[in-house]
Order: sequence, then C-alpha cells, then structure tokens
Amino acid sequence: MALTSPESKIWWNLPIGRAELVWIVIAFFWGVFMFGMMVWWHLEGNQNLSNEVYRISPAKFEERTEAFTEKYTVREEAGMPVAKPEPGAEVYMLSRLWEWWPILELKKGQTYRLHLSSLDWQHGFSLQPVNINIQVHPGLEHVVTLTPTQSGEFSVVCNEFCGEGHHTMVGRIHVVD
Amino acid sequence: MSVTAETGIIGGIAAKFRTCPATGLKVDLAAERLIKANAVAAIVFLAIGGVFGLLVALTRWQAVHLLPSDLFYLVLTAHGLDVLLVWIIFFEIAVLYFASAILLNCRLATPRIAWVAFGLMMVGALLANITVLQGEASVMFTSYVPLKAPPNFYLGIILFAVGALLGCFIFLGTLVIAKEEKTYEGSIPLVTFGALTACIIAVFTIASGAIILIPTWLWSLGYISHIDTVMYKLVWWAMGHSSQQINMAAQVAIWYAIPAILLGAKPLSEKVSRSAFLMYILFLQLASAHHMLVEPGISSEWKVFNTSYAIYLAVLGSMIHGMSIPGAIEAAQRGNGFTNGVFEWLRRAPWNNPAFAGMFLSLVLFGFLGGISGVVLGTEQINIMLHNTLYVPGHFHATVVAGTTLAFMAITYLLVPLIFQREIIWPKLAKWQPYLFGLGAAGISLFMMGAGTLGVSRRHWDITFSDATLSFDYPPAAFLMLGLNGMSAILAAIGGGLFVVIIVASVLFGKKVDASNIVAALGPTPQKQMSDAVKSYGNAGTFHLPGTYILVAIFFTAFVLYYFVNWKYLSELWQLG
Repeated sequence: MALTSPESKIWWNLPIGRAELVWIVIAFFWGVFMFGMMVWWHLEGNQNLSNEVYRISPAKFEERTEAFTEKYTVREEAGMPVAKPEPGAEVYMLSRLWEWWPILELKKGQTYRLHLSSLDWQHGFSLQPVNINIQVHPGLEHVVTLTPTQSGEFSVVCNEFCGEGHHTMVGRIHVVD
Repeated sequence: MSVTAETGIIGGIAAKFRTCPATGLKVDLAAERLIKANAVAAIVFLAIGGVFGLLVALTRWQAVHLLPSDLFYLVLTAHGLDVLLVWIIFFEIAVLYFASAILLNCRLATPRIAWVAFGLMMVGALLANITVLQGEASVMFTSYVPLKAPPNFYLGIILFAVGALLGCFIFLGTLVIAKEEKTYEGSIPLVTFGALTACIIAVFTIASGAIILIPTWLWSLGYISHIDTVMYKLVWWAMGHSSQQINMAAQVAIWYAIPAILLGAKPLSEKVSRSAFLMYILFLQLASAHHMLVEPGISSEWKVFNTSYAIYLAVLGSMIHGMSIPGAIEAAQRGNGFTNGVFEWLRRAPWNNPAFAGMFLSLVLFGFLGGISGVVLGTEQINIMLHNTLYVPGHFHATVVAGTTLAFMAITYLLVPLIFQREIIWPKLAKWQPYLFGLGAAGISLFMMGAGTLGVSRRHWDITFSDATLSFDYPPAAFLMLGLNGMSAILAAIGGGLFVVIIVASVLFGKKVDASNIVAALGPTPQKQMSDAVKSYGNAGTFHLPGTYILVAIFFTAFVLYYFVNWKYLSELWQLG
C-alpha cells in the first residue's frame, strides 16, 4: 500500500491499467487543446492584452497626461476634468493615491490607444461593470488598444490594494453613441 | 502505557524508540516529540488565522460590515500570513517528519537542529504577527513594492522560511539515514515519495522567498534604494504560489495515506502515481505567471507557456491523481467485498470516520471547485475578466481551505491516536466536523467566485464606495454573494473551531491508546464482506472500476463546460488589443 514500499521491487516495469492509460491520454490532449486555445485567441480573438510597454518616469507620465487633458477637456464633473479625445487618439489615464485622472468620454465602436501608468504605488484598473482588469505599475507605461462596444457610464475601480484610501479610488469612463 | 521504549544504536548514534502497537514499526521518540510540537503550533496558528478570516468575511458582508477600514486591512494581512503560510508550513514540517522517520522506521536526522528550526519558525511567525498587529504593516501578505512595511515584517517571514528550510534538509537527511541503515526495502513508500516532492518544491520556493525578501528587507531598512515592481512579483510569487504546490503535494500524499490506513488501499499503479508527482516537481514552479497575466512588461509568449505549466503538464499530474485516488479506494472497497452495483463501494465507505470523510470531501472540493477554477483563472485571456477580483480568493479558498486544510484536518484524526497515542474524544461530534467545515469552505469559495464573476474587487473594504468622490455600485447580486459568503464563513468557523477544540481536548484528556484499542482509535472502518481471494486487487491492469470512471467523466464534463462558458463571456467583452 501507499504507506509501505512497493511490493514489487521493479514496480516501474509493471504495465499500466487500460482505463488509467485512456484517462492519461484524454487529459494530455485536453491540456494541449487548452494551450492551443490561448494561442489561437491571440490570432483570432478580439480580447488580448497588449504587449506594448515603455519605461517612463512618473513625472514624465504626469506631464503627458496633463497635456492630453488640457487639449481635450470639454467639461468638469465632480471637480474633475472630462477629456473627450477624437477617435483613434492617444488617450491617457493616470492612477495615483487615490484617484484615476482624468475622466474620459469615448465613442462607442471607436478604437483608442489608452496609456496607463501609476505615479506612486501599484494600482488595479478594473473597468466596471464591463469587468476588464489590468495591473498598473509605476514606471511602466502600458498602451492598451481599447474599443468600447457598449455605451453608458462606466467606473474604474482600483482593485490592487494601495493603502488606507484604496476603497475610495474610483474613476469614470463615459461611452457615448 | 504498554508501549516499550528501547534504546537502539544505529550508525553509532543513540536514539530512543517505542514500538507502535498498530504497525509494529519503531517510532523515534525525538521525531515523535517534534511532530507533536509542529502540529500543535500549526493548529494554534490555524485557530488565530481562522478568527481573522471570520472577521474579514463579516466585514465584507455589507449588512454587518464589522470592522473599520484600517482594522480590516490589518486583519486581512494577518489572516493571509497566519493561515496561508504559518499554519500550513508548520503542519507540513510535521508531515515531512512523519513521512520520513515514522514511515521509514528510522531515527530522525539531527533532532537538535530540528528544534532550532522549530524555534526559528516560531520566532519568525511571532515577529511578523506582532509587526502586523502593531498596525504599521497592513501591506497585505503579498507586500507588493513600493508599499513598504517595517523591516521586522520581512525579517519575521525570512526567519520563518529559514526554519522551514532547515526542516526540509532534516527530512532529506532522514531519507539518507534510512537508506544507509537499510530501514526499508526497495523504493520509499508512495506517501514518502509525495512528501519528498513537497520537500523539493519547498526548497525551491523558500529559496525564491529569500531571494526577494532579503533585498526587500534591506530596502525597508534603507540600504537599497529601489526594488523593481515587476521583478518583485515574479520572484515573490515563485514563493507565494509555488509554496501552494507544497500543499498540493503534501495533500495528495495524505489522500493516498488515509485510504491506505483505513481501507488498505493501494495505488492502481506505482509508476503512474509517482510520475504524476514528478510532473509537479518539474512544472509547478512556473506558477508565478498566474499572478502576472495582466501585468505590463511581460510578453504573451512567456505568459502562455508559464501559466499553462508547460502545456498543462502539472495539471495533467493532478488529473492523474484525480483518477488514481478514487480508483485506489474503489479497488480496495471492492476487495473488501463491496461489489454490488456501481457505487456500493462508495456508499459503504466509512463516512462516519472523520479522517475518511475529510479526505474524500477534500479531494472532491479541491478537484471540482479549486482545480477547474484554477485552470480557468489561469487562462491568459480569461484572466482579464477575473484578475484581482474576489474570484481569486474564491479559487484559492477552494484549494487551500477546502482542499489542503481539510486534508490536514483529516490526517490529524489519525495522528492523534498514532503519534499522540490518545483516543479522539467526542467521536460523535468529530463525525460531523469535516462536513461542517467542508460545507462552509465550499460556500466561501463558491460565493467569492460568484462575487468575483460580478467584478467585485478583492482586498476591498467597501463595496458601496461610500467615501468615494465618484459613486459606483456593484450589482445587487454581489451583495447577496457577500452575505452568503459571510454565512459560509460562520459555518466554516464553527467547523474549524470544533476541530481545534476536539484535537486539543483529545491530546490533553483523551483516553490513552495501546495495543488493545489502537485499531478502534483510528475510527470506524468498513467491515469486510469477505476475506478471500480478492487480494489480487491492486495489481495493475486487472480490474474494472466503473464507479471511478463515472466520477471522472462527471468531473471532466464539468471542466469542459465551465471552460467554454468563460470563453463565451470573454468574447462578449470590449475589444482589446
């Protein structure tokens, strides 16, 4: 039994039962299939996370986000600027303790290049209720190509713990038709 | 006590032994004391960490919302530290000593150093706990840089890890002694092989922990100016996730051990079961990727290969155990005479023995809830929908609580008579304990996964965002899920509390065990229907196990369906590229 040494000293030569063998083969090919699914989705699927990343200093990223915001601000909401970039534009959203800045207004069905980075600690970009979640690091500028397929008001919750104000960190993305 | 203590001289070193009345094996008294100490320490930290966990769940239950935010984050940090690290590693050290010295009929290598290891682990655990409770180290168990904790938080974990590492080397040393002194014949038993797997993985994970925590400690002291945030995660999770694979190997070893003790079960094929363990050693180390699938700065190629454990070869190992363990039980039960129909062997299994019930529940819950959710969560693109939501703790409560913790509880019901030499008191109460705890743990896992699917963030104090400038509400169903999670946590806490009370009371006040009552003390076992020629069961390739085939088919169907449902959800997401 399993608590004692194998009865047969040359256990590695004993044949494997048929059922066990069948299961091993099924499980192996299921694994290969699941692996293939991820690869195939990169080729054919529409939801893949971009690999476009640059090193950037927090100050530099803040500067760029401010320039972007200044250029595209159309109104204010809850004391925060709302930026409405043209479709296809380079869009910036920064995270810092404890806000996502600025508020964005995007057009449904249009594609944007969204630049994400943090000015201090790690944060979690969690777009709700869509449920897209991306980790945001300080010092790394992540460029994500995003195409909203629904219109309405969406929130960006921080889902990486970032200290005492973590649960107050909410941003906003509006998507208009 | 009718147990005889003898002094043996092996390899020129004196060690004291008693003879186990159940097995006739020699039991090294030094090993026995160390197993006791490590197991008791483990259970104490389980109790502490469990209370912290209950407080977390009661805070997340919005109608109760027990703790203020600062205390919530403090308690959540302590909960992770105490149950994910301290309880589990202390218990694993006990399992390692048991699987080497006791099962191999051998003395433990260097018991004095083993006590030093125990001391280091204890000091480290206390230091880290005190630092967290002082309130300056609410950085979560993961302590992602640049969040900074006081130096003693890191130092505590480092000391604990060094102690555990010593324990691993003592296990390896004991294997060497057993081989040198020929205390067993042929190959080491499968359970010891599983423990060896756990030990090898442990050495890897503890080394990874040292590689990242020592510089982080120096950074916290001010000697190092910068720790790379991505590199930190990569190496930290080589400890954080791979250490869960120590659990995995240890708990699979226990899944083999309990049916072996209670039913006389033997593996269907030594070769297959051992190869499955080998796959853990070779591939489980890649687990860091599971925490970095939506991270910037790492290529998709790296993510896809590593998250799948090299084309799911480690998952293959688990799926093999998932058939060979119920198969071993079915074969043993059929050998015991329960041959009617497809499921008599399962119906007539010793469900009123907490060791068996805990073991089987652990196997089923781990496979269905933890295993399937783990593969889905670890799929690169699907992770976009689930990263850092409550789905993640939902998944790992299925693996670590419903799986590992329940398995460790189950084997404890056998360690008490075999090692502590005491009967379990209140056997009627003990009979219900695994069901209460299993049901609670299953609820915690399912309802957190449900909330996570609805997008609810993990490690988050307030799902109503009452203090936020911009308002947001999760869907009402999320509130329901967190309420049910709170209720499940209460159930699990009752089950866990019962376990602690029953074990502590048994160790202190249980009836002494000797040759006359040792078998009864192991709890109910099935009465054999016949004791005849079916002994040939267990030779590979000679039997038919219809019950196991059906169970495996149900598992596989659930796996495939759930996998594709999630791809369907993903395809409806906003387009990302």
